[in-house]
Amino acid sequence: MAKVLMKGNEAIGEAAIRAGCKNYFAYPITPQSEVAEYLVKRLPEEGGVFLQGESEVAVGYMIFGAAGAGERVMTTSSSPGISLMSEALSYIAAAQCPAVFVNIVRGGPGLGGILPSQGDYFQATKGGGHGDYHLLVMAPDGVQEAVEMTMLAFTLAEKYRGPVMIMGDGLIGQMMEPVEFPDDLKTEPTNKDDWATNGMDTRKSKKRNLVKSLFLDPAALNDNNLALKAKYEQMKKEEVRFELYNSDTDYQVLITSYGTMSRVCRTAIDMLKEEGIEVAMLRPKTLFPFPEKAVFDAAAKDSCKAVISIEMSMGQMVEDVERCVKGQRPVEFYGECGGDIPSPEKIIDIIKGLL
Amino acid sequence: MQTEIKFAGFGGQGILLSAKLLAYAAMKQGYFVAWVPSYGPEMRGGTAYCTVVISDKLIGSPIIKNPTHLVAMNLPSLEKFENDVKPGGIIFINSSLIPVTSKRTDVTQLVVPVNDIAIKAGSVRAANIVALSAFAAKSNLVDMDLLKECVKEEFAAKAKIIPLNMEAFDQGVKSALTA
Repeated sequence: MAKVLMKGNEAIGEAAIRAGCKNYFAYPITPQSEVAEYLVKRLPEEGGVFLQGESEVAVGYMIFGAAGAGERVMTTSSSPGISLMSEALSYIAAAQCPAVFVNIVRGGPGLGGILPSQGDYFQATKGGGHGDYHLLVMAPDGVQEAVEMTMLAFTLAEKYRGPVMIMGDGLIGQMMEPVEFPDDLKTEPTNKDDWATNGMDTRKSKKRNLVKSLFLDPAALNDNNLALKAKYEQMKKEEVRFELYNSDTDYQVLITSYGTMSRVCRTAIDMLKEEGIEVAMLRPKTLFPFPEKAVFDAAAKDSCKAVISIEMSMGQMVEDVERCVKGQRPVEFYGECGGDIPSPEKIIDIIKGLL
Repeated sequence: MQTEIKFAGFGGQGILLSAKLLAYAAMKQGYFVAWVPSYGPEMRGGTAYCTVVISDKLIGSPIIKNPTHLVAMNLPSLEKFENDVKPGGIIFINSSLIPVTSKRTDVTQLVVPVNDIAIKAGSVRAANIVALSAFAAKSNLVDMDLLKECVKEEFAAKAKIIPLNMEAFDQGVKSALTA
């Protein structure tokens, strides 16, 4: 298919359709409302359902309902909306249902602002809701990757039977870039008759399926948590995704950055190279599972004097970076989070300060 | 080689569309492009601006403080952004609404009475197309026939207004060549 020029939000909507998502529930919030605007037109054409909930709390449980019935389902929201859905996210994780959540992050805390931010890293990777669970979290750096990751999210949600999150930001939602859609996702979940409440008449098995998150028997709850833990361990083995930039040089500084912020860093690295200063970047594409070993290895290079995590936050991913660098190099941080994205020139100043 | 163009005006002037059409044509010509709107708590009649990045390699930061060129559709836009333009760039001035020119001497100023031309072509609503074609003709960033096709394609669902926009396009090109 030829390239089309699309806004990130609209492209995410189209990607969901091409992944076979027939159920989309949402509540409007800037800067992601165009996903709903797009799908309210497109989904009925594909025989799907768009329903606007009365609040994000309700939307979270609509997702749980459809996911529990084994349907492909997605919601999109932005930071305060994701907070309201977080209770349902915990329930969906506990009940082991596949669902796709997209967070087009805006500035916080509180109502914050409507401009781009990465202030929801902790919320996305360390819980958000209560209890021992993780989301598989992917962070696109542009519209093309937002499309690819959204489609992949459905596959991974079904592979691990759990919620998957796309963590974008306001810029990725609002920006238009050329995008080439991958082939439609043809696969259907193979095992859903084993667990989903998809109706006795629709499946061969006569076993009654129960979708639940309440386990009053301590041994049963422990078993459920161990089952979740086993999935997260498998994700750490099979789903770590990252990109290295300018890493085949004798770089003096290693930047860790993701999403929109990583693009600014890439420009800064190119500009520094013209001055003869080599800097590399490690860009996690999956925030959970985190590229732990890759960060350790990249920081360990002899030429590397320091590691700096550059984020549109007050310092969140840097905690994971520190954990993975294991003290072998100093780990610094730079971030802004009012909605203004730091310029390449600013990044260059910060990097030079480390040399 | 990377070129950045800031389009600025007030909400409703259609600058987001002008910018999109330029990005679309550049994409069809094989360039990497990004269209980055300003999205704040804006309202109709308020300021609106948007940056198009056109590059022959993968675009890094799409956030541009100093664009190569500026298309200013009203006076506040000119005043706000004229000093950001890189030396050697083009500052396009809609003289129907901007009674002054820029104080910058290190740029090319292209002064076109966009609204007047659009009204003569049939409707002031085509002012954004006049500005687009005039700027594009002067800046040589994209193939003009391809750009014209993109404009036509954009209005495919509203066939009635295609002739108006084609006329606006042609008059815009003419104005750039005589300005």
